[in-house]
Amino acid sequence: MPKIRLASVWLSGCSGCHMSFLDLDERLIELAGKAELVFSPIVDSKEYPADVDVVLVEGAVGNTEQRHLLEEIRAKTKILVAFGDCAVTGNVPSLRNPLLREEVLRTVYGEGDIPGLEEGDVPALLPQALPLHSVVKVDRFLPGCPPSADRIWRFVEGLLAGRRPELTGADLRFG
Amino acid sequence: MINLRIDDTPVQAEPNSTILTAARAAGIRIPTLCHLDALRPVGACRLCLVEVRNWNGRLVPACATPVQEGLDVVANSDRLASLRRTILELLFAERNHICAFCVSNGHCELQDLATELGMDHVTFPYRFPALAVDASHAKFGIDHNRCVLCGRCVRACAEVEGAFTWGFAGRGVHTLVDADLGEPWGESETCTGCGKCVQACPTGALFEKGKATAEQVKRPALLADVTQRRPRA
Ligand code: SF4
Ligand code: SF4
Ligand code: SF4
Ligand code: FES
Repeated sequence: MPKIRLASVWLSGCSGCHMSFLDLDERLIELAGKAELVFSPIVDSKEYPADVDVVLVEGAVGNTEQRHLLEEIRAKTKILVAFGDCAVTGNVPSLRNPLLREEVLRTVYGEGDIPGLEEGDVPALLPQALPLHSVVKVDRFLPGCPPSADRIWRFVEGLLAGRRPELTGADLRFG
Repeated sequence: MINLRIDDTPVQAEPNSTILTAARAAGIRIPTLCHLDALRPVGACRLCLVEVRNWNGRLVPACATPVQEGLDVVANSDRLASLRRTILELLFAERNHICAFCVSNGHCELQDLATELGMDHVTFPYRFPALAVDASHAKFGIDHNRCVLCGRCVRACAEVEGAFTWGFAGRGVHTLVDADLGEPWGESETCTGCGKCVQACPTGALFEKGKATAEQVKRPALLADVTQRRPRA
């Protein structure tokens, strides 16, 4: 059986979901036998490749670059997984959503030239940090802040077994 | 005794009791949120909707509908599951629920309902309203971002404590619970500081000061306990 082409992406999140993924510990070895990690913050590749089977996307969509990348990911991936609460609900990055984008940036950077206000070297901040499914179609939701390694494993095991994993019961818990 | 059927099970109930009481006595689970034993039922949240077959499939709130002879009630079905999930999603979309750093994380009735009803995401666009936190009270705080307008605080304060501090202000999606017609809670002249509203609140909206993330455990059963211990005329 050919290896599953797996990717993971880090948008507006704290990387906690990726840390939890690394907490799979020795299960990572089993995973490495069945899946090839083709794109990830922990892999040295710059371009998101074509024909990815499964991608775990951590974080909300907070700026124009992330929105562009997410659209590219959607076009090149079979199963897109919203990985963790920020990706599923907006969570912590969405704390700024009731406030005005300009006010948030001015409060942080003061007056003058503000990175992220306009499109430039730094991508423009979107008016609100959004859950993935408000931008692209999401196939599976894996909640938790972060989802525990055990929860991630129950989910990934299903994927590896060729099923469409369904999280139920206590595995469907925010926070 | 009144005879009825709930999920095809024959059930007996006291006259004047509700479909919810009858279902609970028969061990049939119906999700609830605004209902709390000892408080007057108001049918505010609609999570306990059930279907009455011999009323043309009409949907009624189980917590606020009295039993009747011969009722044929459906408490669990695909239709009800989908309606309840929609109602729950609307509650989450209406305010700002960020469980990860909420005082009630892990001890919240709303969060538990999401787990129970299999809500893996909210399909409606979030409103992200700009809402205040009132921390003027010496012992407690209210974060409107987490309020579901169930009115349990309003009823606990009026019906059990007798202080009538809380009320609803505004309409529809702009409704807020407020103390003494809009005073900061800390300046309320009616509040006795008893904390019954906090214990009755199903979410992290009302909390005890000094509680950090995930530390706020509530005791909603307290309301029924104090009511039962109260001497009666
Ligand atoms: S009140 Fe409940 S659902 Fe809302 S943020 Fe707090 S824990 Fe989550
Ligand atoms: S603390 Fe007691 S008196 Fe004050 S608002 Fe809450 S229930 Fe009412
Ligand atoms: S503050 Fe709590 S008890 Fe009062 S209406 Fe809001 S959620 Fe319900
Ligand atoms: S519990 Fe019956 S309407 Fe809220």
